[in-house]
Parts: sequence; structure tokens; C-alpha cells
Amino acid sequence: MRFSIYRYNPETDSKPHMQDYELDIEAGNMMLLDAILLLKAQDETLSVRRSCREGVCGSDAMNINGRNGLACVTPLSGLKQPIELRPLPGQPVVRDLVVDLSQFYKQYRSIKPYLINNEPEPEIERLQSPEDREKLDGLYECILCACCSTACPSFWWNPDKFVGPAGLLQAYRFIADTRDQATNERLDNLEDPYRLFRCHSIMTCVDVCPKGLNPTGAIGKIKEMLVKRTV
Amino acid sequence: MAIAKRTFDALIIGGGGAGLRAALQLSHANLKVAVVSKVFPTRSHTVSAQGGIAASLGNVSEDNWHWHMYDTVKGSDYLGDQDAIEFMCRQANEAVIELEHFGMPFDRLPNGKIYQRPFGGMTQNYGGAPVMRTCAVADRTGHAMLHTLYQRNIAAKTHFFEEYFAVDLVMDGHGYALGAVALEIESGEPIFIEARATLLATGGAGRIFSATTNALINTGDGLGMALRAGIPLEDMEFWQFHPTGIAGAGVLVTEGVRGEGGYLVNKDGERFMERYAPSAKDLASRDVVSRAMAVEIHEGRGCGKDGDYVELKLDHLGPEVIQHRLPGIRDLSIKFAHVDPIEAPIPVVPTVHYMMGGIPTNLQGQVVMPTTTAPEEAVLGLYAIGECACVSVHGANRLGSNSLLDLIVFGRAAGNHVIEYLKENPFPRPVPDGALDLPMARLSRWDAKRDGITVDELREQMRKTMQRHCGVFRKEEVLQEGVREMLEIAARLPDVMLRDHSKIYNTGRIEALELENLMGVALATMISAAARQESRGAHARDDYPLRDDDNWLKHTLYFSEGHRLDYKPVRLKPLTVEPFKPKARVY
Repeated sequence: MRFSIYRYNPETDSKPHMQDYELDIEAGNMMLLDAILLLKAQDETLSVRRSCREGVCGSDAMNINGRNGLACVTPLSGLKQPIELRPLPGQPVVRDLVVDLSQFYKQYRSIKPYLINNEPEPEIERLQSPEDREKLDGLYECILCACCSTACPSFWWNPDKFVGPAGLLQAYRFIADTRDQATNERLDNLEDPYRLFRCHSIMTCVDVCPKGLNPTGAIGKIKEMLVKRTV
Repeated sequence: MAIAKRTFDALIIGGGGAGLRAALQLSHANLKVAVVSKVFPTRSHTVSAQGGIAASLGNVSEDNWHWHMYDTVKGSDYLGDQDAIEFMCRQANEAVIELEHFGMPFDRLPNGKIYQRPFGGMTQNYGGAPVMRTCAVADRTGHAMLHTLYQRNIAAKTHFFEEYFAVDLVMDGHGYALGAVALEIESGEPIFIEARATLLATGGAGRIFSATTNALINTGDGLGMALRAGIPLEDMEFWQFHPTGIAGAGVLVTEGVRGEGGYLVNKDGERFMERYAPSAKDLASRDVVSRAMAVEIHEGRGCGKDGDYVELKLDHLGPEVIQHRLPGIRDLSIKFAHVDPIEAPIPVVPTVHYMMGGIPTNLQGQVVMPTTTAPEEAVLGLYAIGECACVSVHGANRLGSNSLLDLIVFGRAAGNHVIEYLKENPFPRPVPDGALDLPMARLSRWDAKRDGITVDELREQMRKTMQRHCGVFRKEEVLQEGVREMLEIAARLPDVMLRDHSKIYNTGRIEALELENLMGVALATMISAAARQESRGAHARDDYPLRDDDNWLKHTLYFSEGHRLDYKPVRLKPLTVEPFKPKARVY
């Protein structure tokens, strides 16, 4: 099995290069991460993030044959060889497949990703109907892997000004939560030519999301709410 | 060597559920708190918890904390400390309600309250009918909890050291913890984080075994740090085998599947748990179910061409329940077992899942150990919480959905104690000369060595040995052989070398440091297991098939110096209620 992997160590390399690797394995039921761990055992210098190896922690997002995804839930058998692995696009590369996600996290923090409710706390849970709770499905499951935002050209051009699909999905997660009382402030925070409106609905975020979520849909709903608010 | 220094009131090592819950308590008290985590906090292993968090809210079926306490004591095979168990079960409701107020998106009942499901070993009326006690967010409860806690910490402006690897504790000659040395992974530079209180919240160490549900980061770093500081580890022979890891992949399938009505079958299609646990059946506690599965496989009733797994059947629940309550499981099963559980059963095997033992603590999370003057004293300024700690609420076997509860109850309790402790200790203690020598030597060792075997080679030998010699069923010769092999493997640690000596984001260096921690945990496990000549909870001996309360109703303490073992009594007296006396454990 043949691989071509983006390598860059700022201590020794003046510029990045692609390095070829081979593994004598059958794809079988293996995931891409299994192969990367075998390569890592051969070549300790290859740097990559990984943790849960089951698609819930979001560590091992990378660009796989031109498409963002999680290595741990990408079956080897479906990949064309040589399998080309690159770091997530548009972000500063720290080393090899590891990118600096500071801007991504900063945008996430900027939408105040926490429940705001100023009522006195009841002794029991705040009640919420199953129907209202269902409005959060498809939103709360985000694992912050950054596959979506780093596949979005608007985020590449304006990572400091455009919140990006992941952050906007979470913004809508709190707007949609019937327990949250800060909808107006949240909308104010997004009513901006860059923060929200750099999204041109090209839907690459939906296409690459390893959890099957739909940031474009959530962004559309925020835009709708802003329109309704003005009329 | 000059080293950068930062000073905080409190330092928390680990950004999972326990660490983040404690951090929140401290940040809310306007203390300057630093959380050091080797991964971005939401990548911590709490994120993988699926089924739920136990609390006797009684939203579905009648319930109270006394029943929860009884189940937990019985589940622990009477090795759990009853004062700690009372403390946890009493606070469960408040702790879970607090999570809801933080914004955690719990599933709901038609009346708007939190949805609860049955889980193994959780009963009404002291061992009666199954109770619906486990509060759930579909089958992604850990993910929802971890993200909620991280989000609250953003609001509370907690200071995070993301992707910093904690190397070692810094102690003074008087037994106080003064903080820790950590390595910034991105730059490869060490830093001394000084704090008047240090909390270890580094999670489990399932990576000492070949087959585990645990994340690759679960390498027992806090346990290694404790051992190197001369602190013992408690009850390390007790490792939970989760009944339903996906065969081959090791990925977890929540007990919530059986809570929702799924069950296990052997190759004859027989629902075999009816023979082993006539009353609780598939909802018996995990040690009981895992042993039954191992017996079925061993006696030739396993499924598949090699007869090496059993099947978890849930297609009868219907697509509606599976898609609504168990969507994550369906996804994992399709990806890792190539089976859609709506149509066909999932192949499963017992898989190492959870470490009941850990760093000994009291109810406030303070690390405790024997001293020359007292049977047990607190190590001042040092705390341990969550899976890396042994308080001990899980004893010899943890009940499913009690671990997330453990994280938040003791995360909060430790936070509260730290607040008081800091009032009494308002100034940093002087850092004695040489206090940083241990961590700095540990770091430079890896750059000095230029030939030898690889990290990967020794780590895989260790994992294979642990898997072969410390499995679901254990016996004398196999354990003794395991101890011999582990001592040999550990003796080769100085022969291991790094092939990559670069500084920037050198994950090879991190794996080398992790290997040292894994080795300490593996030795503690094997040596503690070989010594315990009885069967209790997850520690099942072929040659000592019965529980022996006369000789073994006691906690093990393992000290790395000389691999010495000591024992301490189980705390059988609860805080306020009558004790539950050990009796035969039937499900």
C-alpha cells in the first residue's frame, strides 16, 4: 500500500515536501489511522494528532486524497493509491500533519458557546419538551475537528473575521435551545458583513462533516432569523 | 538549565470531566487556575463515554440514593468504601441537575424532565427490579458532558495550557506539592507551573493492555507521576472488562444497548445470560457478564468461524429506538463491525475498559498515604480526582454510569476543599534547590541515549504480556510468569532510545514519556494481581474462585520502591446510614 505524506519540520526543513511511504498490508477492515500508526512505528519523526480512534474526539482531522476527514473513521479500502495525506488546508502548519487551530478555537469562543439564562436556578432541571430538545439534534454533536471550517474558502480568506461553519453551527445550537435567553445578543453578535455573511452556501462544510451535520442549514436559519427580526 | 516559571493558585493536570469540573469550581471562586492538558480539552477520553450518568432522580421509576448506594456497594463486591459511596450517591441528584443548568442537552421525557434508562446492576429496593437511573444524552453522554463543562470554563475564563504534557510533580522536603513541570508540545520547551494546590485528573491507563476501549492518550500519566513522587497506587489489580467491545476493533458499545432491551446470544442463538444471572440477565454487573461471555467462548459456544466472540442482538428494538436512542452505536457498528444493528447483531468481546484502582484519596480528593507516624495522612496541596484516583467508590467492580458521576461529584468536592486549603495557605512555599531535578533529568535522559530499542517495540511487548497474563480469568502460574516477564520488560526501559531528537511537536518524545508512565502502571497491576489470592469483582482467579472476606476484605497499596505491597482496611462504615454487610453477590 502506497502513501504520499506532507512533511514539514520547521527546525530542519526550509520548505515542505511530500514523502513516499509503503506498507505491506491488506486494507481489509483497517482504518486509515491504523496505517498511520504503523507508519509512525517505522518512522518516529512523522507527527500527527490522535486520541479516541473512533471518531468522537476530533483529533485526527486531515486532508485525505484532497478531502478533509478523520483518519480513524476513513476505511483504507475505499482510498485511491498512493494515498495522499496533507494537513488541514488554510491553517498554519506546526509540523507535518499538525496545524495551528488557534483561529478556529478563537472563532468558536467568540460566539459565546455556553448557555445563557438569567432566571434564578430552579431546584430541579429546567424543563424542556422532547420536541424542543430535538431541535438540538444535528447541532450539539459537533466534535470541533475543524474539517468543515478548514474546507471553507471564506474561512481561508478571512479566518480572523468570518466565524466559520463550526462556530456558526454552535451559535445556532444555543439560539435553538429553548433554555437559552440570549437570542437577541447572539444575533447582534453575528449581524455583520463578515462574521456571518461571508458564508455563500457552497456547502463544502456539509460535504466533509464526519458526523453528518449540516452547518449550512444552521447558517441559513440564523440568516432567516435576522431577516425576520428586521421586518 | 533555566526554565520558564508561571504561578497560579491552583494547577489541574488533565482536561477531562473531573479536571474541568474542578476547574469550574475554582474559577467561580475567582481563583487563578491553570488547566494543563496534553490534548485540547474536548479531545479527552470523557468524550467517549456513551450510556449515561447515574442519579436517583426518580424521573421514570421510583428511586432514592439509598438504593443507589446499595447497588454501588454490592457492585463493588464490598471493596468500595461505604463512606465515599454514600457521599457520591447522596450528591448525585444535585450534581446532575447542576450539569443540566450548565446547559447539558439531556434527552427528555414527555413531562420535560431528564430521560433515564436502565443500566447494569442498578435496581429498586435493594436488589429488586431494574430501575431507570441513568440520565442520558442519546448514546453520547460523555461528549455532551465534556463539551458543556469546557464551554462553562470558557465562560469562567479558566486559563488553559493546551497541548502541554505534565512531566513530574514538584515537591518540597516537607511533603508539600508545589506544582509541576510540563513540556509545551509545540515548542518542546519545559515550563515550571507553580501552584499552592495541584490536582491530578489524568484519567485511566487502559493502554497497558493490547485490547482496550481506551483512547490512545490513556497512558496513566498521573499515576506515573504519583509513583515517582513515592506515592502508592491502590487496588490496581481491579480492571474492568466491558462486556461489549466490538470484536477486533476494541471500540465500546454502551451498556445502554442492553438497558434499552438488547441482549447477548451465543452461536446457538441462546440468550445465555439467563443461565448466569436469572434475575438481572443481561443487566447483571459488568464483571458477571464479561465472565459469562468468556466461559461461553471458552466452552465452544462462541460465534464466527473461530468461535471467538458472542453477539449483541438489538434488531428487535426496531429502527425507531435504535436511531433515536442509540444513533452513535449504529454508526460505530457500521464503521467498525460492518454491521447495521437494525438488521444484524454486533460481534462483541469483553474488552479492558476502566481502572477501578488509582491514587488513594479521601472524600475531599486529597491524596493520602501511610506515613511513619500515622496509618494514613494527606499529602498537603496534592489532590487526585476521576479515573486516576481511588477514593474508592467502585471497589472491585464499577457499575456503568457511575464513572461520569464520580468525575463531577469528586471534581466539585476537591474544588471546594482546595478553596478552603488555599485560604489557610495564602502564600507559595519556597521551592528548594534541586526540586526540579527529577523532571529535568527525566527529560534530558531521552536526549542522552543514542542507540537501543524503540519505544514502540517495548510498549508492544508490555501490552502483550499484560493481555496474556492479566486477563478476565487469572491463575497463579500465569500471574507469576507475568510478574517475571513484566520485571524483565521494565528493566529494559533504560535501553529505549528516541530516534527523533527534534523539539517542535515531537510526538515521539511524548510517547517515550508516556511509556515510562505505562510501565509503572503495568507493574503495579501485575504485582497487585499476583498477590491477591481470591476472586472479587473484576479480579477472577481460577484457582481461588471464591471471595475471601476473612483474608482479603482490604485495599492493596503498591509502592514502586522495591515493588512493595501493603494493605489497608476497607471503610465499611458509611457517613450516616447503617453499613451494608458483605453477603453473597447474586444477580
